[in-house]
Amino acid sequence: MKKLVSPLVLLGPALTWLGIFLVLPLALIFAYSFFQRGAFGQIVPQLTLQNYSRLFNPTVLKVFLNSLRIASLVTGLALLLGYPTAYFITQQSTRWKNTLLVMVILPFWTSYLIRTYAWIVLLNREGVLSRLLIALGLSREPISFLYNDTAIFIGLLYGYLPFMVLPLYSSIERLNPELREASFDLGATPLKTFFQVTLPLTIRGVVTGAIFVFVPSLGNFFVPELLGGGQRFMIGNMINSQFLKARDWPYGSAMAFGVMAIVLLLLLFQAWVTRRTEQA
Amino acid sequence: MRVMNWLRLHTGLVYLFLYGPILMLILLSFNRSGLPTAWGGFSLHWYQELLSNKTLLNAALNSLLVAGGSTLVSAVFGTLLAMGLERIARNVVLDAFVFLPMIIPDIVLAIALLSFFTFIEMPLSLLTITISHIVFNIAFVAAIVRTRLSYFDNTLEEASLDLGAPPVQTFFKITLPLILPGIIAGSLLAFTISLDEFVIAFFTAGPSRPTLPILIYSMVRFGVTPDVNALATIVLSISALLILISQRMGGSEGFF
Repeated sequence: MKKLVSPLVLLGPALTWLGIFLVLPLALIFAYSFFQRGAFGQIVPQLTLQNYSRLFNPTVLKVFLNSLRIASLVTGLALLLGYPTAYFITQQSTRWKNTLLVMVILPFWTSYLIRTYAWIVLLNREGVLSRLLIALGLSREPISFLYNDTAIFIGLLYGYLPFMVLPLYSSIERLNPELREASFDLGATPLKTFFQVTLPLTIRGVVTGAIFVFVPSLGNFFVPELLGGGQRFMIGNMINSQFLKARDWPYGSAMAFGVMAIVLLLLLFQAWVTRRTEQA
Repeated sequence: MRVMNWLRLHTGLVYLFLYGPILMLILLSFNRSGLPTAWGGFSLHWYQELLSNKTLLNAALNSLLVAGGSTLVSAVFGTLLAMGLERIARNVVLDAFVFLPMIIPDIVLAIALLSFFTFIEMPLSLLTITISHIVFNIAFVAAIVRTRLSYFDNTLEEASLDLGAPPVQTFFKITLPLILPGIIAGSLLAFTISLDEFVIAFFTAGPSRPTLPILIYSMVRFGVTPDVNALATIVLSISALLILISQRMGGSEGFF
């Protein structure tokens, strides 16, 4: 094919933009993470590993572990809810398939902040659920369902569930139905067919969906803030407060790279799974 | 089949989970009493309240400016990038780099940009938010235009060039009209994301001119008020409408 336009014109603008406003900023906070904080919150360019060693002090470590725990539970629950849903969608006629998919995509592109707010309306002391329980005679006093780990879970699950359904859908959709039929014909039960044929063949969708849910859950700060009351810290809240309140940018940057290290490990794992399933 | 009935029930409950809270919010926004459980009759009262709220209207205008600006730039850059990636540089590393902003946790990108703008002494304003939104919007436009390009019949361009049309004319008369639906779908998506984006805007906004999500965040932190329900309904409706149009133009295939 003749070259219509030179590669420079095509790739140049976007790559320049990303070079300046993505690579340089990330490089800058990477450098900051080895610097020190001055008395007035300024950055002192003296090399230190202290910001990273401080990640392992018990309070911070606890927040990291708690965030990992919450993100894992959200991911697991999203998989349990998402897989049967995605499977069901693939079994529908084309028209229904499209409608159901658009209905999954729609909330995913609308304001997450507002969708989180909807849960405050549902769960707060004077909220819908509390009033409903009183009206049904199940409770005498208003109860707040906010400001605990369960509320954070629900909020994250609510926001990121579509991220799970979409990749699962596309990997189940690509599955050759004859493989399942062959398994049935050979006498396998539906359960056995699912665990030995369907699930292993859609593992890439599972891994992709899991990463798409896990990563943003780990870094989210407004769900724990609004539904967890800011008391129950996750990594995102900690980074947020280092930058906007404590003004210890080097420390906050080191925390950010702690998160990036976890993300990188997950992406490597995904690449490994992709390679393995391609060989199979 | 029994299994299918269970799956149908399960899926129904999942959709109820996804839509229940939103539908409840919409219903409450028309409730005259403003209380979550006492129905005081249908009313547009809370919507009228919004119209007289100057702070809110200004924030809405700020959001439109940021979304408009970032969409315009990302539509051009993203389209060019998609063509470049699809036709010239098929390269895994480059792909990964371009789509990096989609996978990095937004808080990391947010603090990186805040640090960078502070470092180059660029005052935080609507411009810094716009610049930041372009970073991830390029990827969204590029992803969707690329899908469109993968269906593209290259012989059409070749015919045009063989018949002696200069490359620029070929681009504007052949290539562009054919990929235009993809560009529009990508731009609508970018516009919606930018309009609703909170975390990066929160960190890169100046103190005096907040965008709508930043204002909503500060309102929500002070508790539940009925006018927020009305505002939420309007914002959700606008996003949903833009996304549905984008889907119609073929915007769904760019992902997954």
